[in-house]
Amino acid sequence: MAGHWIAVAINVVVGLTLVWVLVRTIQGRPIERRIVFVYIALAVATPLFMKLEAPLAETPEVQSIVTTIKELPPGSRILISFDYDPQSAPELQPMAEAFIKFAFKQRHKVIIMGLWPLGPDQANQAIRAALEDPSVAELAPEYGVDYVNLGFQSGNEFVIQGMGSAFKNMFPQDERGTIYDNIPILRGVTNFSNVDYVQVFSSGKPGTREWVQVAADRFGATVGGGTTAVQAPEMYPFLRSNQLIGLMGGMTGAAEFEKAVEELGKANTFLLSQMFAHATVIVFVIFGNIAYFRSRRRDASTDAPTPGGIS
Amino acid sequence: MNVRRPLCLLFAVFAIVGLSRAQDGDGADTASAEIIAEAAPVISPLPVPSVTASDVPNDDGSAILVEWELSPSDSVGGAVVGYRIYRAFADSGVFVVIGNRSARQNSTVNGEEVEPGVDYLYRVDVLAVRTNADGSSDTLAIPSQSSVPVAAVVQWFNTDRLWALIWFVIIAAATIYFIEKAKRGGNIYVRKIGGIDAVDDAIGRATEMGRKVFFVPGIQDMNDVQTIAGIAILGRVGAVAAEYETRLEVPTSRSMVMVTARETLKESYSKAGRPDSFQEDQVYYLTDEQFAYAAAVDGRIVRERPATIFYMGAFFAESLILSETGNAAGAIQIAGTAEPTQLPFFVAACDYTLLGEELFAASAYLSREPRQLGSLKGQDFGKGIFLLAILLGVILATANLIDLSQYFRIN
Amino acid sequence: MRREVPLLITFITGVVFALSYFIPGGWLGQTERVFGDWITIVQAFAVWLGVLNLLKISLIKIQRKEHDWGYSVVIAVCLVGTIAAGMYSGFAPQFESFRDPETPFNFIFRNIFAPLGATMFAILAFYVASASYRAFRARNREATILLIASFFVMGGRVPLLDSIFMPIIDGTFFADFAGWIMSYPVTAGQRAIAIGIALGIMASSLRVILGIERSHIGGGN
Repeated sequence: MAGHWIAVAINVVVGLTLVWVLVRTIQGRPIERRIVFVYIALAVATPLFMKLEAPLAETPEVQSIVTTIKELPPGSRILISFDYDPQSAPELQPMAEAFIKFAFKQRHKVIIMGLWPLGPDQANQAIRAALEDPSVAELAPEYGVDYVNLGFQSGNEFVIQGMGSAFKNMFPQDERGTIYDNIPILRGVTNFSNVDYVQVFSSGKPGTREWVQVAADRFGATVGGGTTAVQAPEMYPFLRSNQLIGLMGGMTGAAEFEKAVEELGKANTFLLSQMFAHATVIVFVIFGNIAYFRSRRRDASTDAPTPGGIS
Repeated sequence: MNVRRPLCLLFAVFAIVGLSRAQDGDGADTASAEIIAEAAPVISPLPVPSVTASDVPNDDGSAILVEWELSPSDSVGGAVVGYRIYRAFADSGVFVVIGNRSARQNSTVNGEEVEPGVDYLYRVDVLAVRTNADGSSDTLAIPSQSSVPVAAVVQWFNTDRLWALIWFVIIAAATIYFIEKAKRGGNIYVRKIGGIDAVDDAIGRATEMGRKVFFVPGIQDMNDVQTIAGIAILGRVGAVAAEYETRLEVPTSRSMVMVTARETLKESYSKAGRPDSFQEDQVYYLTDEQFAYAAAVDGRIVRERPATIFYMGAFFAESLILSETGNAAGAIQIAGTAEPTQLPFFVAACDYTLLGEELFAASAYLSREPRQLGSLKGQDFGKGIFLLAILLGVILATANLIDLSQYFRIN
Repeated sequence: MRREVPLLITFITGVVFALSYFIPGGWLGQTERVFGDWITIVQAFAVWLGVLNLLKISLIKIQRKEHDWGYSVVIAVCLVGTIAAGMYSGFAPQFESFRDPETPFNFIFRNIFAPLGATMFAILAFYVASASYRAFRARNREATILLIASFFVMGGRVPLLDSIFMPIIDGTFFADFAGWIMSYPVTAGQRAIAIGIALGIMASSLRVILGIERSHIGGGN
């Protein structure tokens, strides 16, 4: 609790120093970008020690993922593709962990793969995190029976296309070298028609877009997405056309998912940081515009567009 | 503590394992066994009323769709825990397991080891838990009647994609028409693209300052058309750089892009009359890893402080990391990408940005070759058709007259 | 021949991929799959081309003591060291495979590579702030509309505005409003850009397949 109050105090002090930034800006002396960096660093770091709960909206795109998983009967097979690497892990790992925990708790079978070389390693980390959860550990999911990691396969969307004929062609063995046919969870799993749901966690290409275009459009798989916040807007057209059943966009999507499945975790903690960071960016955009209008008023006759504008 | 239920479930696990072994002959389906163990027990589960099998349409004759009516006992929290699908050659009648489906699923696609023209029979067993009068429970696999024989058929045209073909033919025909027209000397007007017009000035600036020019061709491989478009622009940039005798560097994140970029630059330098100025190490590979590549390019930008940087190709989260560093280094920056999510970042940090399709138009615009310019007209023709179609569709749908989209579905 | 052969390969591959989209069966579908396999194989082997080139350039720089040669030492040592750790992890009998959590390769992955990568990604947050501060200006009417929309999206996508206005506006009004902006205006814009890009890709692909655009194979006639 002490950490919480120290963090709050730091934020109050930091908030007051923004007045200094505002004054400088009004005087026509905008601050250097390294000072902006300091503010962002504090905005991201200090909320990690705070204990605040933010109101979260229930968006249809996240709720539909939760509903779909809940409505699947126990024992359904869920394919999860980890199409990201450690760089995007801070944003995607919390949602992957929450999703795997939820899938295990619903007693579903989880088949993992990756179109990015380091994706399956991220999956292993998510599995380890899920197994450390007492309520999941109690269920004692067994490798090969309740979950399997098929590993990475190169070839981008061609892998998804190949899986449309037979998973086995693309993944003759799992990550540990066990032959496909000898893995209990994969018995009877030929192609997408034998999995009940496909969840993609992606930060680029190949990613959710390729899964929609090949697995959903060509092979009729039910696909849900989990993307970085930057990628999320690009996925909305697929949501509106029902090619994508649901979407967790960035930390907010992950936090909402955690809340919907009553499993508050990392995403809700990190969301607070994101909230403060957004607030800081908004403040600096306002300050930047104040500086711009001041300079325009001061120098109205020579208002040449400067590089880097949005106009 | 009531121990009866866990014991029943445990018994169910053993029972289904044994049952599966006995039926399959190829080992138990442990997954199904566990499914069964978790189900709530009810009495007398009913079989699947009917099974139908049909050729999957519009495919290469490698799949058969199996559908069945759900068992009347299959309801939420009911006894049915899944279905087991069997297949037999029509002439032998010996059924083997080909897969399982969860409860409340009523179809599967048999896409493995299906020969076109061979007749198959299908059967779907209900997997369920039955509670006995004494409170114990056991597992059942209740067989259905088999389907009528069905064979997979090779289709020579995917009718689901008829509209895609029609639009493709129309736009391709228009493109070829305009190319031919341009070849015959027809007037092709192409509006100015600011970012491309600035190429010469940007390289000239580097020459005046005595600094390098960097060209970053994105982080995708040569199978991405954005990279091809980027490399096409590199050809022009290379020619100008050779002419101005300005050092041009191309850090790549894919080996194939490195090889292609070298070939392109070599040609550009030759065309500019300075083949000896080209050095292979102007184009170098760094790493396939997205952020490691961004870090390496950032490092070079900070150390070399190039006067001009081009970003042309497919970019993702590294776009702002690169362009902000370039901005801080004081470089004039021209970017172009067809990744919609990255456009705002480039617009914010660069001096000029080619938005989406402008990237693809750039090589035609730069070359001024009539055939290439003609293809741009074909592209515009396609856009005109889409605009009209969208407008018409929106008006008709808004007036609640007809939903045109239902006639143009493409699977 | 130096031009004709690549052009011919491009033409044949392009036509096969385009036609197999409409014609699923027969030799065309099989050829498409074979081409797909070739792409995978060539891409996998091409990595070595790049890696060896990187090593060669780095070693030459070190040998000639060129400007900033110290960085080349870092590259060469890290490259060779990681490959060696991977080989050792793959072949040492005490490890199940090179993905075993206890291997030196995994140690490098978890404790060096992953944090470095995450750091690079995290820099994005700082750069977004500085770029917004510098460039996000209400220069004209369109830019002002964008600025206002961004205010609601940034404040609504995280529970920022909803938290601030909680005493006045109950529920998640701002989150819903941000969701509306994302679902309708943003989707409309994305679709418009996507249609333009799709047509651009189509025209570009046609130029490449027909051999009109040949700068990617070195240009020339």
